[in-house]
Amino acid sequence: MLFRSLIALGLAFSCALPALAEGEADAVVKARRAQMTLYSYNLAPLGAMAKGTIPYDADVATKAATNLASLAKLDQSRLWVEGSDQMSVDNTRALPDIWNNLDDVAAKATAMSAAADAMQVAAGTDLAALQAAMGDLGGACGACHKVYRAPE
Amino acid sequence: MRVMTMIAGICLVGAAAGWLLSAPTVSDAERPLSAGDPAQGRIVFTAGGCASCHVAEGAKESAAPVLSGGQRFASDFGTFVAPNISNDVTHGIGAWSTLDLGNALRHGTSPGGQHYYPVLPYAAYIHMTDQDLYDLRAYLATLPANATPSQPHEVGFPFNIRRALGFWKLLFVKDGWVLANVPTPELERGRYIVEALAHCGECHTPRNALGGLQRDRWLAGGPNPNGKGSIPNITPAKLDWSVAEIVEYLTSGFTPDFDTAGGHMAAVVENTAKLPPSDRAAIAAYLKAIPAAE
Repeated sequence: MLFRSLIALGLAFSCALPALAEGEADAVVKARRAQMTLYSYNLAPLGAMAKGTIPYDADVATKAATNLASLAKLDQSRLWVEGSDQMSVDNTRALPDIWNNLDDVAAKATAMSAAADAMQVAAGTDLAALQAAMGDLGGACGACHKVYRAPE
Repeated sequence: MRVMTMIAGICLVGAAAGWLLSAPTVSDAERPLSAGDPAQGRIVFTAGGCASCHVAEGAKESAAPVLSGGQRFASDFGTFVAPNISNDVTHGIGAWSTLDLGNALRHGTSPGGQHYYPVLPYAAYIHMTDQDLYDLRAYLATLPANATPSQPHEVGFPFNIRRALGFWKLLFVKDGWVLANVPTPELERGRYIVEALAHCGECHTPRNALGGLQRDRWLAGGPNPNGKGSIPNITPAKLDWSVAEIVEYLTSGFTPDFDTAGGHMAAVVENTAKLPPSDRAAIAAYLKAIPAAE
Protein backbone atom coordinates (compact mmCIF):
# COMPACT_ATOMS: atom_id res chain seq x y z
CA MET A 1 0.00 0.00 0.00
CA LEU A 2 2.77 2.39 1.03
CA PHE A 3 4.69 1.27 -2.04
CA ARG A 4 1.72 2.10 -4.30
CA SER A 5 1.38 5.55 -2.73
CA LEU A 6 5.05 6.21 -3.26
CA ILE A 7 4.77 5.33 -6.92
CA ALA A 8 1.74 7.61 -7.29
CA LEU A 9 3.61 10.43 -5.58
CA GLY A 10 6.61 9.91 -7.82
CA LEU A 11 4.39 9.98 -10.90
CA ALA A 12 2.69 13.16 -9.73
CA PHE A 13 6.06 14.87 -9.39
CA SER A 14 7.44 13.63 -12.69
CA CYS A 15 4.33 14.85 -14.50
CA ALA A 16 4.58 18.38 -13.10
CA LEU A 17 5.84 21.16 -15.35
CA PRO A 18 9.60 21.35 -15.77
CA ALA A 19 10.47 23.44 -12.74
CA LEU A 20 12.71 26.47 -13.05
CA ALA A 21 15.88 26.41 -11.02
CA GLU A 22 15.39 28.50 -7.89
CA GLY A 23 17.85 31.22 -8.86
CA GLU A 24 16.35 31.44 -12.33
CA ALA A 25 12.82 31.79 -10.97
CA ASP A 26 13.94 34.55 -8.60
CA ALA A 27 15.55 36.44 -11.45
CA VAL A 28 12.44 36.20 -13.64
CA VAL A 29 10.12 37.41 -10.88
CA LYS A 30 12.52 40.23 -9.96
CA ALA A 31 12.75 41.42 -13.55
CA ARG A 32 8.97 41.31 -13.92
CA ARG A 33 8.51 43.34 -10.77
CA ALA A 34 11.13 45.81 -11.99
CA GLN A 35 9.16 46.27 -15.21
CA MET A 36 5.98 46.93 -13.20
CA THR A 37 7.87 49.32 -10.89
CA LEU A 38 9.06 51.34 -13.86
CA TYR A 39 5.50 51.53 -15.19
CA SER A 40 4.19 52.81 -11.85
CA TYR A 41 7.10 55.26 -11.38
CA ASN A 42 6.34 56.85 -14.73
CA LEU A 43 2.59 56.79 -14.14
CA ALA A 44 3.02 58.76 -10.91
CA PRO A 45 3.45 62.28 -12.37
CA LEU A 46 0.65 61.66 -14.89
CA GLY A 47 -1.68 60.47 -12.14
CA ALA A 48 -0.79 63.38 -9.87
CA MET A 49 -1.65 65.81 -12.67
CA ALA A 50 -4.88 63.95 -13.45
CA LYS A 51 -5.89 64.18 -9.77
CA GLY A 52 -4.84 67.81 -9.51
CA THR A 53 -2.25 67.25 -6.78
CA ILE A 54 0.47 68.80 -8.98
CA PRO A 55 -0.06 71.37 -11.77
CA TYR A 56 -0.17 70.18 -15.36
CA ASP A 57 3.23 70.41 -17.05
CA ALA A 58 3.31 69.32 -20.70
CA ASP A 59 7.05 68.67 -20.67
CA VAL A 60 7.11 66.49 -17.53
CA ALA A 61 3.99 64.65 -18.69
CA THR A 62 5.42 63.97 -22.13
CA LYS A 63 8.68 62.61 -20.75
CA ALA A 64 6.86 60.24 -18.41
CA ALA A 65 4.42 59.12 -21.09
CA THR A 66 7.25 58.57 -23.58
CA ASN A 67 8.98 56.33 -21.05
CA LEU A 68 5.74 54.37 -20.59
CA ALA A 69 5.29 53.92 -24.32
CA SER A 70 8.91 52.74 -24.62
CA LEU A 71 8.57 50.36 -21.68
CA ALA A 72 5.47 48.83 -23.23
CA LYS A 73 7.47 48.07 -26.37
CA LEU A 74 10.22 46.10 -24.62
CA ASP A 75 10.33 42.44 -25.54
CA GLN A 76 8.94 40.65 -22.48
CA SER A 77 9.24 37.04 -23.61
CA ARG A 78 11.96 36.33 -21.03
CA LEU A 79 9.87 37.92 -18.26
CA TRP A 80 7.06 35.42 -18.70
CA VAL A 81 8.88 32.11 -18.77
CA GLU A 82 6.68 29.04 -18.51
CA GLY A 83 6.78 27.62 -15.00
CA SER A 84 7.09 31.05 -13.31
CA ASP A 85 3.47 31.17 -12.16
CA GLN A 86 2.11 31.50 -8.64
CA MET A 87 1.75 27.74 -8.18
CA SER A 88 5.38 27.09 -9.09
CA VAL A 89 7.45 29.95 -7.68
CA ASP A 90 7.38 32.41 -4.77
CA ASN A 91 6.65 36.14 -4.66
CA THR A 92 4.37 36.28 -7.67
CA ARG A 93 0.65 36.54 -8.22
CA ALA A 94 0.88 35.54 -11.89
CA LEU A 95 -1.82 32.93 -12.51
CA PRO A 96 -1.04 29.74 -14.48
CA ASP A 97 -3.89 30.72 -16.83
CA ILE A 98 -1.52 33.18 -18.52
CA TRP A 99 0.24 30.29 -20.22
CA ASN A 100 -3.05 28.70 -21.34
CA ASN A 101 -4.16 31.92 -23.06
CA LEU A 102 -1.05 33.37 -24.63
CA ASP A 103 -2.95 34.80 -27.60
CA ASP A 104 -5.27 36.71 -25.30
CA VAL A 105 -2.34 37.91 -23.18
CA ALA A 106 -0.59 39.15 -26.33
CA ALA A 107 -3.75 40.95 -27.47
CA LYS A 108 -4.05 42.65 -24.08
CA ALA A 109 -0.35 43.63 -24.17
CA THR A 110 -0.82 45.15 -27.64
CA ALA A 111 -3.85 47.09 -26.38
CA MET A 112 -1.78 48.36 -23.43
CA SER A 113 0.99 49.50 -25.75
CA ALA A 114 -1.58 51.32 -27.92
CA ALA A 115 -3.03 53.03 -24.82
CA ALA A 116 0.48 54.13 -23.81
CA ASP A 117 1.07 55.56 -27.31
CA ALA A 118 -2.23 57.44 -27.02
CA MET A 119 -1.11 58.77 -23.64
CA GLN A 120 2.13 60.01 -25.20
CA VAL A 121 0.08 62.22 -27.53
CA ALA A 122 -2.46 63.22 -24.89
CA ALA A 123 0.17 64.11 -22.27
CA GLY A 124 1.55 66.86 -24.48
CA THR A 125 -1.88 68.13 -25.52
CA ASP A 126 -3.64 69.40 -22.38
CA LEU A 127 -4.89 68.31 -18.98
CA ALA A 128 -8.32 67.21 -20.21
CA ALA A 129 -6.74 64.95 -22.84
CA LEU A 130 -4.36 63.51 -20.24
CA GLN A 131 -7.22 62.77 -17.85
CA ALA A 132 -9.21 61.00 -20.56
CA ALA A 133 -6.19 58.94 -21.64
CA MET A 134 -5.59 57.94 -18.01
CA GLY A 135 -8.89 56.06 -17.95
CA ASP A 136 -8.06 54.06 -21.08
CA LEU A 137 -4.57 53.30 -19.87
CA GLY A 138 -5.84 52.15 -16.48
CA GLY A 139 -8.39 49.96 -18.22
CA ALA A 140 -5.68 48.42 -20.40
CA CYS A 141 -3.46 47.66 -17.38
CA GLY A 142 -6.44 46.35 -15.44
CA ALA A 143 -7.52 44.05 -18.28
CA CYS A 144 -4.65 41.69 -17.42
CA HIS A 145 -4.86 42.15 -13.67
CA LYS A 146 -8.56 41.31 -13.83
CA VAL A 147 -8.09 37.80 -15.15
CA TYR A 148 -4.43 36.84 -14.83
CA ARG A 149 -3.43 38.04 -11.37
CA ALA A 150 -4.36 36.28 -8.12
CA PRO A 151 -5.97 38.35 -5.35
CA GLU A 152 -3.73 39.37 -2.46
CA MET B 1 -52.81 10.71 24.83
CA ARG B 2 -53.82 14.30 25.65
CA VAL B 3 -50.13 15.20 25.93
CA MET B 4 -49.42 13.68 22.51
CA THR B 5 -52.30 15.62 20.99
CA MET B 6 -51.05 18.82 22.57
CA ILE B 7 -47.51 18.27 21.28
CA ALA B 8 -48.85 17.50 17.84
CA GLY B 9 -50.98 20.63 18.03
CA ILE B 10 -48.03 22.80 19.04
CA CYS B 11 -45.94 21.33 16.23
CA LEU B 12 -48.72 22.02 13.77
CA VAL B 13 -49.09 25.63 14.92
CA GLY B 14 -45.30 26.03 14.80
CA ALA B 15 -45.15 24.60 11.30
CA ALA B 16 -47.99 26.83 10.16
CA ALA B 17 -46.27 29.90 11.65
CA GLY B 18 -42.99 28.87 10.04
CA TRP B 19 -44.70 28.42 6.71
CA LEU B 20 -46.24 31.87 6.94
CA LEU B 21 -43.02 33.51 8.14
CA SER B 22 -40.96 31.98 5.36
CA ALA B 23 -43.38 33.03 2.64
CA PRO B 24 -41.83 35.02 -0.21
CA THR B 25 -42.70 38.71 -0.13
CA VAL B 26 -44.37 40.22 -3.17
CA SER B 27 -45.60 43.66 -3.96
CA ASP B 28 -48.98 43.30 -5.57
CA ALA B 29 -49.65 46.65 -7.16
CA GLU B 30 -47.92 48.38 -10.02
CA ARG B 31 -47.20 51.88 -8.84
CA PRO B 32 -48.61 54.65 -10.99
CA LEU B 33 -45.36 56.12 -12.26
CA SER B 34 -44.23 57.68 -15.46
CA ALA B 35 -42.85 55.18 -17.95
CA GLY B 36 -39.19 54.33 -17.44
CA ASP B 37 -36.41 56.25 -19.12
CA PRO B 38 -33.88 53.83 -20.67
CA ALA B 39 -31.07 56.42 -20.57
CA GLN B 40 -31.46 56.78 -16.81
CA GLY B 41 -31.94 53.03 -16.56
CA ARG B 42 -28.52 52.53 -18.07
CA ILE B 43 -26.97 54.41 -15.14
CA VAL B 44 -28.91 52.21 -12.70
CA PHE B 45 -27.76 49.11 -14.63
CA THR B 46 -24.12 50.28 -14.61
CA ALA B 47 -24.08 51.28 -10.95
CA GLY B 48 -25.81 48.00 -10.09
CA GLY B 49 -23.11 46.01 -11.89
CA CYS B 50 -25.72 43.72 -13.49
CA ALA B 51 -23.53 42.86 -16.50
CA SER B 52 -20.48 41.97 -14.39
CA CYS B 53 -22.20 38.80 -13.21
CA HIS B 54 -24.80 38.13 -15.92
CA VAL B 55 -22.71 38.17 -19.10
CA ALA B 56 -21.16 34.85 -20.15
CA GLU B 57 -17.76 33.90 -18.71
CA GLY B 58 -15.02 35.85 -20.46
CA ALA B 59 -17.46 37.89 -22.58
CA LYS B 60 -16.03 41.09 -23.99
CA GLU B 61 -17.29 44.35 -22.61
CA SER B 62 -19.82 45.83 -24.99
CA ALA B 63 -22.23 48.71 -25.35
CA ALA B 64 -25.19 46.31 -25.46
CA PRO B 65 -24.18 43.40 -23.21
CA VAL B 66 -25.69 39.96 -23.83
CA LEU B 67 -26.94 38.87 -20.42
CA SER B 68 -27.00 35.16 -21.18
CA GLY B 69 -25.66 34.09 -17.76
CA GLY B 70 -23.46 31.10 -16.98
CA GLN B 71 -20.78 32.62 -14.73
CA ARG B 72 -20.15 30.40 -11.72
CA PHE B 73 -19.83 31.66 -8.15
CA ALA B 74 -18.43 29.23 -5.61
CA SER B 75 -19.37 29.72 -1.96
CA ASP B 76 -19.50 27.82 1.34
CA PHE B 77 -23.09 26.87 0.50
CA GLY B 78 -22.55 25.55 -3.02
CA THR B 79 -21.86 26.90 -6.49
CA PHE B 80 -24.32 29.40 -7.91
CA VAL B 81 -24.68 29.88 -11.65
CA ALA B 82 -25.83 33.27 -12.91
CA PRO B 83 -29.08 32.90 -14.89
CA ASN B 84 -29.97 34.31 -18.29
CA ILE B 85 -31.55 37.75 -17.74
CA SER B 86 -31.46 38.75 -21.39
CA ASN B 87 -34.53 39.98 -23.19
CA ASP B 88 -35.50 36.48 -24.38
CA VAL B 89 -39.13 35.77 -23.42
CA THR B 90 -38.52 32.05 -22.77
CA HIS B 91 -35.00 31.79 -21.36
CA GLY B 92 -34.50 35.35 -20.17
CA ILE B 93 -36.72 37.95 -18.53
CA GLY B 94 -38.20 39.44 -21.70
CA ALA B 95 -41.72 38.68 -20.50
CA TRP B 96 -41.28 40.23 -17.06
CA SER B 97 -43.28 43.25 -15.95
CA THR B 98 -41.74 46.01 -13.85
CA LEU B 99 -43.55 44.42 -10.92
CA ASP B 100 -41.80 41.09 -11.57
CA LEU B 101 -38.45 42.86 -11.74
CA GLY B 102 -39.19 44.75 -8.52
CA ASN B 103 -40.17 41.58 -6.67
CA ALA B 104 -36.99 39.89 -7.86
CA LEU B 105 -34.59 42.72 -7.06
CA ARG B 106 -36.14 44.16 -3.90
CA HIS B 107 -37.63 41.05 -2.32
CA GLY B 108 -35.68 38.19 -3.90
CA THR B 109 -38.95 36.64 -5.11
CA SER B 110 -39.40 35.09 -8.55
CA PRO B 111 -42.48 35.68 -10.72
CA GLY B 112 -43.53 32.13 -9.73
CA GLY B 113 -43.40 33.09 -6.04
CA GLN B 114 -40.17 31.29 -5.14
CA HIS B 115 -37.25 32.65 -3.08
CA TYR B 116 -34.06 33.53 -4.92
CA TYR B 117 -30.73 32.82 -3.28
CA PRO B 118 -29.08 35.92 -1.85
CA VAL B 119 -26.26 35.61 -4.38
CA LEU B 120 -28.64 38.02 -6.12
CA PRO B 121 -27.93 40.99 -3.82
CA TYR B 122 -31.53 41.83 -2.95
CA ALA B 123 -30.40 42.65 0.58
CA ALA B 124 -28.89 45.75 -1.08
CA TYR B 125 -31.36 46.27 -3.94
CA ILE B 126 -34.19 46.41 -1.38
CA HIS B 127 -33.37 50.14 -1.21
CA MET B 128 -33.84 50.69 -4.96
CA THR B 129 -36.26 53.53 -5.69
CA ASP B 130 -39.42 52.97 -7.73
CA GLN B 131 -38.25 55.34 -10.43
CA ASP B 132 -34.90 53.54 -10.78
CA LEU B 133 -36.77 50.25 -11.08
CA TYR B 134 -38.94 51.60 -13.89
CA ASP B 135 -35.93 53.09 -15.66
CA LEU B 136 -33.99 49.84 -15.29
CA ARG B 137 -36.89 47.85 -16.75
CA ALA B 138 -36.99 50.18 -19.73
CA TYR B 139 -33.21 49.86 -20.28
CA LEU B 140 -33.17 46.05 -19.98
CA ALA B 141 -35.82 45.91 -22.71
CA THR B 142 -33.35 47.58 -25.10
CA LEU B 143 -30.71 44.84 -24.68
CA PRO B 144 -30.40 41.80 -26.97
CA ALA B 145 -32.29 38.55 -26.40
CA ASN B 146 -30.33 35.32 -26.12
CA ALA B 147 -31.77 31.80 -25.99
CA THR B 148 -29.13 30.15 -23.79
CA PRO B 149 -31.02 28.17 -21.10
CA SER B 150 -30.18 29.06 -17.48
CA GLN B 151 -28.23 26.36 -15.64
CA PRO B 152 -29.36 25.09 -12.22
CA HIS B 153 -27.38 26.09 -9.12
CA GLU B 154 -25.21 23.35 -7.63
CA VAL B 155 -26.37 23.55 -4.05
CA GLY B 156 -26.71 20.54 -1.75
CA PHE B 157 -28.97 19.73 1.18
CA PRO B 158 -30.06 21.60 3.30
CA PHE B 159 -29.35 24.76 1.31
CA ASN B 160 -31.42 23.48 -1.60
CA ILE B 161 -34.63 23.97 0.42
CA ARG B 162 -35.59 27.31 -1.01
CA ARG B 163 -38.45 27.88 1.39
CA ALA B 164 -35.92 28.07 4.22
CA LEU B 165 -34.51 31.21 2.60
CA GLY B 166 -37.58 32.95 4.03
CA PHE B 167 -36.00 32.64 7.47
CA TRP B 168 -32.66 33.86 6.14
CA LYS B 169 -34.42 36.92 4.76
CA LEU B 170 -36.19 37.53 8.09
CA LEU B 171 -32.83 37.48 9.85
CA PHE B 172 -30.60 39.31 7.42
CA VAL B 173 -32.52 41.47 4.97
CA LYS B 174 -33.02 44.88 6.60
CA ASP B 175 -34.78 47.82 5.07
CA GLY B 176 -32.90 50.41 7.17
CA TRP B 177 -29.71 52.14 6.04
CA VAL B 178 -26.36 51.44 7.69
CA LEU B 179 -25.27 55.08 7.64
CA ALA B 180 -28.27 56.75 9.25
CA ASN B 181 -27.20 60.38 8.93
CA VAL B 182 -26.58 61.83 5.49
CA PRO B 183 -26.61 65.62 5.95
CA THR B 184 -25.77 66.50 2.30
CA PRO B 185 -27.33 65.42 -1.02
CA GLU B 186 -23.88 64.14 -2.05
CA LEU B 187 -23.67 61.83 0.97
CA GLU B 188 -27.23 60.68 0.37
CA ARG B 189 -26.36 59.81 -3.23
CA GLY B 190 -23.14 58.11 -2.11
CA ARG B 191 -25.08 56.03 0.39
CA TYR B 192 -27.62 55.06 -2.25
CA ILE B 193 -24.91 53.93 -4.66
CA VAL B 194 -22.75 52.08 -2.10
CA GLU B 195 -25.47 50.52 0.09
CA ALA B 196 -28.10 49.88 -2.59
CA LEU B 197 -27.12 49.78 -6.26
CA ALA B 198 -23.41 48.93 -6.24
CA HIS B 199 -23.93 46.47 -3.34
CA CYS B 200 -20.35 47.06 -2.13
CA GLY B 201 -21.13 45.45 1.23
CA GLU B 202 -21.79 42.08 -0.41
CA CYS B 203 -18.02 41.54 -0.70
CA HIS B 204 -16.51 44.22 1.55
CA THR B 205 -18.58 43.43 4.66
CA PRO B 206 -17.73 40.22 6.52
CA ARG B 207 -20.42 37.56 6.91
CA ASN B 208 -21.48 35.39 9.84
CA ALA B 209 -21.70 31.59 9.80
CA LEU B 210 -25.12 31.70 8.13
CA GLY B 211 -23.94 34.02 5.39
CA GLY B 212 -25.61 37.15 6.79
CA LEU B 213 -23.76 40.45 6.61
CA GLN B 214 -22.26 41.69 9.89
CA ARG B 215 -23.66 45.19 9.59
CA ASP B 216 -21.78 46.32 12.71
CA ARG B 217 -18.57 45.65 10.73
CA TRP B 218 -19.82 47.46 7.64
CA LEU B 219 -17.24 47.45 4.80
CA ALA B 220 -14.54 46.20 7.21
CA GLY B 221 -13.37 43.49 4.78
CA GLY B 222 -12.72 39.82 5.37
CA PRO B 223 -11.97 36.57 3.61
CA ASN B 224 -13.00 36.32 -0.04
CA PRO B 225 -16.23 34.26 -0.07
CA ASN B 226 -15.59 33.31 -3.68
CA GLY B 227 -12.08 31.88 -3.52
CA LYS B 228 -8.63 32.64 -2.22
CA GLY B 229 -7.33 35.83 -0.69
CA SER B 230 -9.12 38.51 1.27
CA ILE B 231 -11.26 41.55 0.58
CA PRO B 232 -9.85 44.81 1.95
CA ASN B 233 -11.28 46.92 4.74
CA ILE B 234 -12.44 50.16 3.09
CA THR B 235 -13.56 52.00 6.23
CA PRO B 236 -11.51 55.03 7.35
CA ALA B 237 -9.69 52.67 9.77
CA LYS B 238 -7.72 51.19 6.88
CA LEU B 239 -8.44 53.12 3.69
CA ASP B 240 -6.27 56.22 4.08
CA TRP B 241 -6.63 57.41 0.47
CA SER B 242 -7.72 61.00 -0.15
CA VAL B 243 -11.04 61.73 -1.82
CA ALA B 244 -9.14 62.53 -5.06
CA GLU B 245 -7.32 59.19 -4.85
CA ILE B 246 -10.56 57.25 -4.35
CA VAL B 247 -12.13 59.08 -7.29
CA GLU B 248 -9.08 58.32 -9.48
CA TYR B 249 -9.28 54.64 -8.52
CA LEU B 250 -12.96 54.51 -9.48
CA THR B 251 -12.17 56.33 -12.75
CA SER B 252 -9.00 54.72 -14.13
CA GLY B 253 -8.47 51.83 -11.73
CA PHE B 254 -5.11 53.18 -10.58
CA THR B 255 -4.31 53.00 -6.86
CA PRO B 256 -2.23 55.80 -5.28
CA ASP B 257 0.84 53.56 -5.89
CA PHE B 258 -0.19 53.09 -9.54
CA ASP B 259 -1.02 49.49 -9.20
CA THR B 260 -4.47 48.73 -10.67
CA ALA B 261 -7.64 47.06 -9.54
CA GLY B 262 -7.63 43.32 -10.23
CA GLY B 263 -10.03 40.40 -10.14
CA HIS B 264 -13.69 41.21 -9.68
CA MET B 265 -12.86 44.75 -8.53
CA ALA B 266 -11.57 45.45 -12.05
CA ALA B 267 -15.11 44.73 -13.30
CA VAL B 268 -16.48 47.09 -10.64
CA VAL B 269 -14.13 49.86 -11.82
CA GLU B 270 -15.21 49.28 -15.45
CA ASN B 271 -18.68 50.19 -14.18
CA THR B 272 -17.82 53.11 -11.89
CA ALA B 273 -15.71 54.59 -14.72
CA LYS B 274 -18.94 54.96 -16.75
CA LEU B 275 -20.87 56.76 -14.01
CA PRO B 276 -21.17 60.55 -13.94
CA PRO B 277 -18.13 62.11 -12.13
CA SER B 278 -20.46 63.41 -9.42
CA ASP B 279 -21.41 59.81 -8.57
CA ARG B 280 -17.76 58.81 -8.08
CA ALA B 281 -17.25 61.83 -5.84
CA ALA B 282 -20.37 60.80 -3.90
CA ILE B 283 -18.98 57.30 -3.34
CA ALA B 284 -15.70 58.78 -2.05
CA ALA B 285 -17.57 61.16 0.28
CA TYR B 286 -19.59 58.24 1.65
CA LEU B 287 -16.50 56.11 2.29
CA LYS B 288 -15.00 58.99 4.28
CA ALA B 289 -18.19 59.32 6.36
CA ILE B 290 -18.74 55.73 7.50
CA PRO B 291 -17.57 54.55 10.94
CA ALA B 292 -14.01 53.28 11.16
CA ALA B 293 -13.99 49.55 11.87
CA GLU B 294 -10.65 47.93 12.66
